[in-house]
Amino acid sequence: MHSALLAIDLFFVIEKLVLIVGIVTMSLVIAMYETYAERKVAAFIQDRRGPNRAGPFGLLQPLADGLKLFMKEEIIPNTSNRFLFILGPCLAMLAAMMTSAVIPWGGKLNVMGREVNLQIADINIGILYVFGVVSMGVYGIMIGGWASNNKFSLMAALRGASQVISYELPMGLSLIALLMLTGSLKMSEIVAQQIDSWWNVVYQPLGFFIFLVCAFAECNRTPFDLPEAENELNFGYHQEYSSMKLGFYLFAEYINMFISSVIMATLFFGGYDIPFFNDAAHADWGNWLVALQAVSLLGKVALFIFLFMWVRWTIPRFRYDQLMNLGWKGLIPLSLINMIVTAAIVLLKANHWKF
Amino acid sequence: MDITQVLFYALSAMALGSAIMVVISRNPVHSVLWLIITFFAISGHYILMNAQFLGIVNLIVYAGAIMVLFLFVIMLMNLNAETEPQKNKWLKLAGVVAGGCLLLVLVAALKQAEVKGKIAMLGTGDIGLIRNLGKALFTDYVVPFEISSVLFLSAMVGAVVIGKK
Repeated sequence: MHSALLAIDLFFVIEKLVLIVGIVTMSLVIAMYETYAERKVAAFIQDRRGPNRAGPFGLLQPLADGLKLFMKEEIIPNTSNRFLFILGPCLAMLAAMMTSAVIPWGGKLNVMGREVNLQIADINIGILYVFGVVSMGVYGIMIGGWASNNKFSLMAALRGASQVISYELPMGLSLIALLMLTGSLKMSEIVAQQIDSWWNVVYQPLGFFIFLVCAFAECNRTPFDLPEAENELNFGYHQEYSSMKLGFYLFAEYINMFISSVIMATLFFGGYDIPFFNDAAHADWGNWLVALQAVSLLGKVALFIFLFMWVRWTIPRFRYDQLMNLGWKGLIPLSLINMIVTAAIVLLKANHWKF
Repeated sequence: MDITQVLFYALSAMALGSAIMVVISRNPVHSVLWLIITFFAISGHYILMNAQFLGIVNLIVYAGAIMVLFLFVIMLMNLNAETEPQKNKWLKLAGVVAGGCLLLVLVAALKQAEVKGKIAMLGTGDIGLIRNLGKALFTDYVVPFEISSVLFLSAMVGAVVIGKK
């Protein structure tokens, strides 16, 4: 009775459910192995071996870490609010997972005569949705820091929130310049344009650089990891957290890193476009081509994740006033100039290069 | 009842319920968090009306930025229910009278309005899509748009001037 009442296409629901479960699982597994990769990369840069005891090459290390976090004693301090204390890490995790909904992971699969788009939701406002969810991520930090009832946590949470808000501005401004070129907010459309011509990074090198710096700041990664500056703030906003709730905060950071790498690859590096390869000419490969495209996207993402780690283990942390100066006095004017120059060129081109 | 109507009633209940919680919460931080839920419900209404751009901008600007600043201030002021100053009895009475008057005015105004002819188009209409909205803003309404942006700019300059003092 209900399906007739609500008029829902059952296959559609199943398709989307499978996609959501698949993408969430993939994000979690990749984030898990990011922790392993981070330790290996750090070890390589510092001329050490890194984790090598659990399993071959230490490959089971993330599982061991997860098990350790789950088995630890869970301490909830006498907080001003128990519910908010638990809500904090949940929100951080939720916001981190939700962003992946609008990302096109590949072309159209052909499953039993049905065209399955490798994208959970191809909405009109794709990239703005990402922004909306990212701005929700602040609440995980703020609520957790406040509910800890600890002044160091609160200070760290406020720092983190103001950092994220400050760096959202140049990020948005650099995106505006990109959107002037694409003329669409749809993620699938942005990728399709890049498949046909050059990647956006060719047209927007400065925009990409600003976006990259802001992505580092949004993920609270070194050199912008001031919310976790342990020499000033003990341990940061998650000081009172223990067990898996702490794990959620740390894990959310790795998921954020993965998702922001995906977004950078999608917006500036052609998304699932396979470099030096004419995708359209090999449409007869069918599902294999789609699989190759997804692998190509994940390859680009892996490079970005490596970049994140490389920077973390190379560059020291900023001081807080330096961070704010860079954001407000460095990146915002730079992205404004980028936006105006791009707008002028787009206008000139529309006018056939006549003033 | 199709799915749009179900969503409409669920979102309305959510918006009204959380708006009431904003007012009756003892803790100001809880009030702010309820207000964020209200914004989410309102954004849901925008999306039901196919105004996706408005919905997401409502989230980014109000729930994502302005409410964060509210939270900043409230968290740093360390307001508690215990330290809240008790208001004068006559002040409370004056508040009730003023609120009642506002209710009367609103009811009287809404009674006259032609509500029946102005039911929002649910799930149809594409004026809220970003392309149409941008075209309308930059052709038909370009002067009001520019004036309001100058207003925003002056507000920003004012904030910087006050901040420098």
